[in-house]
Amino acid sequence: MTRYTSATPDDRREMLDAIGVSSVDELFEQIPEPLRLGRPLALPDGMGEAEVYERLAALAERNADAEEQVSFLGAGMYDHYVPAIVDAITSRSEFLTPYTPYQPEISQGGLQVMFEFQTAMSELTALPVSSAGLYEGPSSVASAGYLAMGATKRRKFVVSRGVHPHSRETLRTYSVGYGAEVVEVGLEGGLTDAAALAEAVDGETAAVFLQTPNFLGAVEDVEALGAAAKEHGALLIVACDPMTLGILKPPGECGADIALGEGQPLGNRLDFGGPSFGFFCATEAQIRRMPGRIAGETEDVDGRRGFVLALQTREQHIRREKATNNICTAQALNALGAMVHLAWLGREGFREIGELLVQRTAYARERLAGVSGVELLHEAPVAREFAVRLEAPVEKVLDRVAERGIAAGYPLGREYPEYKDGLLVAITERRTKAQIDELAEALGAAVAAEREGVTA
Amino acid sequence: MALTETPMQAEKAQTIYEKSKAGRRAAALPAAEVPEKPLAELIPENLLRAEPPRLPEIAEPEIVRHYNRLSRRNFDLDSGFYPLGSCTMKHNPRLNERVAALPGHARLHPAQDARRAQGALELMWLLQESLSEICGLPHVSLQPSAGSHGELAGLLLTRAYHADRGEVRTKVLAPDTSHGTNPASVTMAGYEVVKVATDEVGGVEMADLRAKLAENEGEVACLMLTNPNTLGVFDENIAEIASLIHEAGGTLYYDGANLNAVMGKSRPGDMGFDIVHVNLHKSFSQPHGGGGPGAGPIAVSDRIEPFLPRPQVVRLEGSNGHGPNFDLDFERPKSIGRLRGFQGNFGVFVRSYAYILSLGGDGLTEASETAVLNANYLKARLAEGRAGDRLPIAFDRHCMHEFVLSGKPMKRDLGLATLDLAKRLLDYGFHPPTVYFPLLVDEALMVEPTETEAKESLDAFAEAIEKILAEAETDPELARNAPYTTPVRRLDEVKATRQPVVRQQFD
Repeated sequence: MTRYTSATPDDRREMLDAIGVSSVDELFEQIPEPLRLGRPLALPDGMGEAEVYERLAALAERNADAEEQVSFLGAGMYDHYVPAIVDAITSRSEFLTPYTPYQPEISQGGLQVMFEFQTAMSELTALPVSSAGLYEGPSSVASAGYLAMGATKRRKFVVSRGVHPHSRETLRTYSVGYGAEVVEVGLEGGLTDAAALAEAVDGETAAVFLQTPNFLGAVEDVEALGAAAKEHGALLIVACDPMTLGILKPPGECGADIALGEGQPLGNRLDFGGPSFGFFCATEAQIRRMPGRIAGETEDVDGRRGFVLALQTREQHIRREKATNNICTAQALNALGAMVHLAWLGREGFREIGELLVQRTAYARERLAGVSGVELLHEAPVAREFAVRLEAPVEKVLDRVAERGIAAGYPLGREYPEYKDGLLVAITERRTKAQIDELAEALGAAVAAEREGVTA
Repeated sequence: MALTETPMQAEKAQTIYEKSKAGRRAAALPAAEVPEKPLAELIPENLLRAEPPRLPEIAEPEIVRHYNRLSRRNFDLDSGFYPLGSCTMKHNPRLNERVAALPGHARLHPAQDARRAQGALELMWLLQESLSEICGLPHVSLQPSAGSHGELAGLLLTRAYHADRGEVRTKVLAPDTSHGTNPASVTMAGYEVVKVATDEVGGVEMADLRAKLAENEGEVACLMLTNPNTLGVFDENIAEIASLIHEAGGTLYYDGANLNAVMGKSRPGDMGFDIVHVNLHKSFSQPHGGGGPGAGPIAVSDRIEPFLPRPQVVRLEGSNGHGPNFDLDFERPKSIGRLRGFQGNFGVFVRSYAYILSLGGDGLTEASETAVLNANYLKARLAEGRAGDRLPIAFDRHCMHEFVLSGKPMKRDLGLATLDLAKRLLDYGFHPPTVYFPLLVDEALMVEPTETEAKESLDAFAEAIEKILAEAETDPELARNAPYTTPVRRLDEVKATRQPVVRQQFD
């Protein structure tokens, strides 16, 4: 079905005449005959707009989303309230439809947003340099490994098992290409095993990777753990949850060389996992090895303040095979959403939401720990997510609780065979006290029913 | 030209931090509702933050004004013609935004149990099937987040494929005209780039290809190509190239940046490619967002399939009278593993699938036909008059969806560089074409109009070029100092790199 084109039969005739051919087919004659498809694509014919809407609405209907369920799912992406102004601003044509700002004179809006975003992430992490945005969290972790190899000329990564399993797996995938080795260090009482970490780091280590709060929700003592990296000249790379950085000591004050992470909690919807953005901040020493776009301030010929893409000599379109990374996106629209959300929260609001998460999480943790058949998986301090053990098969309990319209959390057994009975519970400002109480009651009932062998 | 400052130029750029004032705020947050404890009782003092980050303090009305004001300092596709070569700046249907925002898509948690995300998994499976048909390759992974991510995936797949056969290969061939991401991805994947020369129509130089294969016998892992090539010309030797690479034991990788020329007309799989990436933000109408997000799914042949990233969306036949159901398959023992978190840029999949449903097989084919018609028409218009003399087409034959002009005579005769022409186009309200790429054409201008431009826009663009060239005959300084009407004029990019200021400085 012809859609989104303007060429009428008369236009086509005039255009073909101007080209000097009699049909569009002639233009395709440069494709050797055996390589022409020679049949229609085996796809349905085009549909009207209303039909397409109905078709997609019917698919959407078959998903249990956080509008219809009370969701305690987290594990890296969280059901935060995205303020209405984020949608209003990110849906403006002027932000939605431009290309990458290669022509700075007509891209000042987007470039200034990048500059403001870099400032915000730099403030959050307490590191001076920020990239404008990478794909998402786990691939940012892998990109940090590439930077560390370039900076240290070493090829070994030491990674805590508290780092998101998707980040660890992505780092492994990339490391096959890098020719690097990945060594994992286990957890003790919910936290990275400090002795094992110190043991694993040596003079061959390019980087130590930590995450705080870690995948089990525990707040790590990054400064203490990072000493092993400092001692051997390895970079300290810290993945963090931006929503906790109003409360938790920022990585830059704990000795991190790089702080990065998944940006979704800031102004981005869940979208079944993407698109979102990855943030990536570093010390001054790494500025010329950074992956991704970086906006910088400058002046025009008349002395007006303006912004451009800075340090482009790191990038693929200039440096080709010598580029510091192959990335060319900045997830600009997603980063804009984050910037607007952060401006909306503001200096005070950002601290308040962090504290709100800590208080409600503490309440939920205490509440669940008091439920028969549920116990804490670890006692380490937490900020916005915590892990419990269930005395009944986790997936079955989740099914029972789902019947009541609750997504109780993330089954840890999916990624950690050592925590087969584990459940990870996430809190956002959307999860009220009443919902937390209901979760406790529903979990208790479901565990009891499973233990008693009641048919679901 | 009289230098009267426009109102927007007179408005000095101010950041949101500079508009901040202590005590102002926008956020209204819920009360904690729960019994509160001192923070230090919950988290040890030494792990707590002392000073909050210096985020702006500003009320909602001023946040809205600030970003609306910034938005007006952007040029965008909804406001004007964007003939950026290799970028496929086609219309972004608003229907796609509406369906992506449905709560069943937008508020679906990525760790939701597959049984409660059947609609999302089915949509992904349907998109996989559609891309498979368009590319002519049987298997698709939607995971890569962008074209460059797809390239890296393709090279890691190539490595896994060879390793599985007990082979270690170290070199990847790429034309000297390739997109910059190609060689950058090669290095990241641990390979060495070997450049292959380009012939006079932008195709692979066959003698050089044979020589490079002979010189590097047994070491060539892959050849990365785009077809049509970066000059907008279909490589007629592609079948022979494919058989040479396959005989040498390598894989053939298709950079899908130029797929918009050939949808429903010719398929990369039928040309002999093993791995293809598709830019959903180019051919399949995902908005560019000022530099992302996009997505770069890959389609592969049977021999590459075992190595695809995990998880993979699969369709399982129903039993006991139930219909088919969909799942995420993690049990893929030969998989290269994950390339990112969760399942990929699902919001982009929704938009692109809506686009494919809207156009259908017939509409996609017509889109490519119209893209090629528009490109050839604009090429014909620019072959007339002053443009024909000063900006000759690099290779004079029918093009596919884009074409490359050379500004060399313009520079020689009028003293105008391609950059000057590009900057003067800004004053005429057009986004310039891609400039100085591909590198093998002097003073290159790469023009891709796409199918969604009306004939009137193409005519207006050709007329603007004609006027700029006419102006330059009497006053070349005019273009050399352009632009004049944009929110800022030419910017000092060297300064931004030599003395980088990359964040707000606070007193």
